[in-house]
Amino acid sequence: MTERYIARSTAIAARMLGGEMMVMSAVDSTFFTLNEVATAIWQAADGHTPLSEIVARNICAQFDVEPEVARRDADQFVDALAQHGILLVSDHPLENPPVEAA
Amino acid sequence: MSLMQEMNERALQLGVPLGIHLDVTYRCNERCIHCYLEHDDHGEMTTAEIKDVLDQLAEAGTFFLTLSGGEVLMRRDFFEILEYARRLLFNVRIKTNGVMIREAEAQRIRNLGVEQVQISIYSRHPEIHDAITKLPGSLKHSVEAIRFLKSQGLKVAIANVLMTANLGEHDGVQALAAELGANYTLDPTITPKIDGDTSILDLRISGAELNEVFHNKNLVGDVEEFCAPPPPPGDDVMEGLPCSAGHTAAYITPYGDVFPCVQFPLPSGNVRRQKFIDIWRSSPELNQVRSIHAKDLPVCSTCSHVGTCTRCPGLAYMEGNMRGPSTADCEKSFHRTGIPSANMLRKARPSGRLIQIQPLAV
Repeated sequence: MTERYIARSTAIAARMLGGEMMVMSAVDSTFFTLNEVATAIWQAADGHTPLSEIVARNICAQFDVEPEVARRDADQFVDALAQHGILLVSDHPLENPPVEAA
Repeated sequence: MSLMQEMNERALQLGVPLGIHLDVTYRCNERCIHCYLEHDDHGEMTTAEIKDVLDQLAEAGTFFLTLSGGEVLMRRDFFEILEYARRLLFNVRIKTNGVMIREAEAQRIRNLGVEQVQISIYSRHPEIHDAITKLPGSLKHSVEAIRFLKSQGLKVAIANVLMTANLGEHDGVQALAAELGANYTLDPTITPKIDGDTSILDLRISGAELNEVFHNKNLVGDVEEFCAPPPPPGDDVMEGLPCSAGHTAAYITPYGDVFPCVQFPLPSGNVRRQKFIDIWRSSPELNQVRSIHAKDLPVCSTCSHVGTCTRCPGLAYMEGNMRGPSTADCEKSFHRTGIPSANMLRKARPSGRLIQIQPLAV
């Protein structure tokens, strides 16, 4: 499988509220709330950590989930957010990753 | 319930200041005749102080940040503040007159991922708009700014404050907004000055004119629905909160003073002396505001409009009692529905003495 790298777009607003991450696209004002697992992926999206490593380290090691299921769900999640420009996805490490989410 | 409503509900339950209005300056290049501010600089927060406040707000959970003034671009460090706010991932809206926004500024605002820019337009006729702002050429510059911002793909809202000085101009401004691809909002609210001076209230439009606005389908959409009599209030209404001020929202002045809302000048603390979160959680004034439910309003709780009125507790406070009616909103409810408010009926009631006895002049 081709490796994927993910970074948070700078054109978003985000904040943790009651254990869930709220994310809004500044481009189309689409609004998402991310559950605990999705938040873990989001927070690890630094542009240079491969998605497979994020899934292994931040999902499989923290949550009770099979690796294949975790990877499939992570891919779907990444694709959905990428469609709204909220996550940037590439097959090589991304430069200038955005600052840490508060 | 929409995601946004869910978020507001959760913020309310958790006591999170979800939305903050921060005026970065009261200085302005316009001198609008209806403005509630005093424009001299009495010691604005420094760049470092504002960045520190932004850090505190991010930590407190604030998501929506409105940067306003005065004119925000009167601060030379405005873009530094804006960039810092966006690095902290606030959803930022800017309120400006746009006079200082050219192509380069518009591009910078777009690049920083600002959610929306709001610009005030009072008329599409320069002689009327510029007479209100007292800045010759201001309409031309503001409209150019909207074009620059729109060309960058930004969302722009035109705010049209309605007063005696621009009566009848709203149709033109609404058409201008449509031509420019901007959203349009009309607001007939003129508030007393922040120092309590009520002289500018003479600019409020009359009841008859308010009535006309509320029955204009181009402005309100479905007139029948908008002007419908209020339904009988249920328990949920009586247990309800007046508005978000002090509950999930607050206002910070350029001098660090914290109020429940920009229209509610109840001094509740100062971020130069205390951490914002300590003010937010422990201010007796904010806790007093939070304790008030519709059922606790002595006059309004008896009013048929209690569930649908736009009653502003800040305007009520400026009238002398934060639990009292806001007369301007009583009039809005009346002119919208034709049904007088409890406050209006109370004021119209005769004194109770059937025969007035006056001493004869000797």
